[in-house]
Amino acid sequence: MTTPLLQIKDLKAEIAGKEILHGVNLSVPKGEVHAIMGPNGSGKSTLSYVLAGKTDYDVTGGEVLLDGTDILGMPADERAAAGLFLAFQYPMEIPGVTTMTFLRAAMNAQRKKRGEPELSSPEILRRVRSEAEKLGIDPEMLRRPVNVGFSGGEKKRAETLQMSLLDPRFCVLDETDSGLDIDALKVVADGVNRLRSPERSMIVITHYQRLLDYIVPDVVHVFSKGRIVRTGGKELALELEANGYAEYVVEEAA
Amino acid sequence: MNMEARPTKTAADEGFVKAFAEAGAGLPGGANVKAQRTAAFGRFEACGLPTRRVEQWKYTDLRSFLREAKPLAPVPGAGERQRAEAAGAAFAPVKPRRLVFVDGSFVPELSDLTKLEEGLTISSLAEALTSGTPDVVSRISESNVSQGDIAYALNTAFMTDGVVINVEAGKHAARPIHLVFAYCNEKPESVFVRSLVTLGAGARLTLLESHEAFGAEDYHINSALNLDLGEGAEFDRVKLGTDSPKAIHVATTGAVLAADAKLRDFALTLGGTMVRNQAFVTCNGTGAVVDLRGASLLSGRQHVDTTLVLDHAAPGCVSRELFKSVLDDESRAVFQGKIMVRPKSQKTDARMMTQSLLLSETAETDNKPELEIFADDVQCGHGATCGALDEKLKFYLMARGIPADEAEGLLIKAFLGEVTDGIASEGVRVALAGVVNAALDARG
Repeated sequence: MTTPLLQIKDLKAEIAGKEILHGVNLSVPKGEVHAIMGPNGSGKSTLSYVLAGKTDYDVTGGEVLLDGTDILGMPADERAAAGLFLAFQYPMEIPGVTTMTFLRAAMNAQRKKRGEPELSSPEILRRVRSEAEKLGIDPEMLRRPVNVGFSGGEKKRAETLQMSLLDPRFCVLDETDSGLDIDALKVVADGVNRLRSPERSMIVITHYQRLLDYIVPDVVHVFSKGRIVRTGGKELALELEANGYAEYVVEEAA
Repeated sequence: MNMEARPTKTAADEGFVKAFAEAGAGLPGGANVKAQRTAAFGRFEACGLPTRRVEQWKYTDLRSFLREAKPLAPVPGAGERQRAEAAGAAFAPVKPRRLVFVDGSFVPELSDLTKLEEGLTISSLAEALTSGTPDVVSRISESNVSQGDIAYALNTAFMTDGVVINVEAGKHAARPIHLVFAYCNEKPESVFVRSLVTLGAGARLTLLESHEAFGAEDYHINSALNLDLGEGAEFDRVKLGTDSPKAIHVATTGAVLAADAKLRDFALTLGGTMVRNQAFVTCNGTGAVVDLRGASLLSGRQHVDTTLVLDHAAPGCVSRELFKSVLDDESRAVFQGKIMVRPKSQKTDARMMTQSLLLSETAETDNKPELEIFADDVQCGHGATCGALDEKLKFYLMARGIPADEAEGLLIKAFLGEVTDGIASEGVRVALAGVVNAALDARG
């Protein structure tokens, strides 16, 4: 059997001395999409930030292997260059930096770190326009500062655009459905589904089952109180939708 | 008897006294000019270099920065002139008319005085003082700059050269004029330059200015600009402060605006151990518009002071000030902004904003807004912000693969962008962006 693309082993992390992740174990093989569902405050977003390398969190134990390499010692930019992509629940607004400048900087920084030649501005423009068109992104948006004045739907489309341009091996989608109406959700889900391939894996973090109607997972994990408490097939999402998370919350509290 | 405590003379004070006694008589200008120099020097001698006790210099103790009076700059030799050839390259893409000053002396052979646009006249200050041009001589003392300002008094006493520019009413000097200041003397020196710019009604001019060192690093430059804008005249100035890291740079601008005149002034400060840009701006006619901006990118122990005195002496004028500083290490930015609204100046619209980005725990910024409002129907506001780089934004950029230093550079450029975006000429904006990028790369 081949090594899973992502392996999380007994991952523990805390913020300001308070432990949030109490030993997470998860393996995602190549080509699979795993959903992580759980109640608010269970630590789902913390897991995504710790994977991406946000320095607010202190990792106190465990390992995260991307294609066999431990990424926990790498700063966020090196993890990105190694092929990890976090689609933010709340993408940041960056006044004064145009979307195009940002995309060019990101694409070329990653290529540089991987020892690949940088792309010319016309080539980047061509790629960006072509991907933007698939996501129904107005070219005017590319000239505006990153996410500034974007609607919730536009921000998530912009995240999906970044994801497709940066061509990551492993994607973590944090509550991609939050703030989206059903039409925007379909556009974003289509964008994500286009990126599914035998070579790429994803973790889709969500509170609701709705997103999983559009991005159908191979495996569903239930996350509660900082660890994975149950794992099943996609039908588990429907069960959670019907019964809620009460079972898991109560169990933990008891 | 005057009971005011008179500070004891410092080595610098004594140095200037000696320099004036020895060299004063040889400075350009006839008896009338000399009398004005002597009077101005008397004002300096009475109080010496200002200390923190002088309110206008509260955060910038000139006495402690200027420990000694460096010798007055000599007339530049062939070697100095040659070193100056590389000066002012940052603005070259704009193809401005270059007027080159080496160690404060105007050098015609390095300057471009050909094909002057109709209505544009240019002469050196030394020439104008020597020949006693009445308008120039009378304006030495008759300016809106506070007579009590010691830096300006020193400039009046010692000014050796500079430029006198006139643009006739209705004429438009299409090509920007670039005042290229190059400090090429191998020994430390004091340089005093004064320029006078006059725009007739409806005239237009863009003035670029740059400061660079090609010789000793620890020079002292004291420059002054008297600006007279006629009705509806439009004047743009962009000053690039790329002095050597040890330079002391004190610049005074005195601007008087007639009705509907427009003044846009921008200063980018990167160099100098101590820089003070002080501006006295008087709106004398209805509808005048003033836009003063500045950006500084500082590190080490650099100290940059911006001091503004804006006098709304006529109704219905608009003024905007926006100053941003990026401060690393132990650098310090000082902003003093005074807005006066005279009793008759109804419908004044004046707004002042300063913002600082602190990159270290030990950087400091001091802001002192002063509003003196004597009219009752005005809009007048000021604001100041101060903060560190936003770590959340930095993480977002890094999560996309952008390394930490590059991410910081992008955020710093974005922060300063709001100020530089206000520059009218795209060519100048691009040139300055190049300078900022190089400075950020050097920061590494």
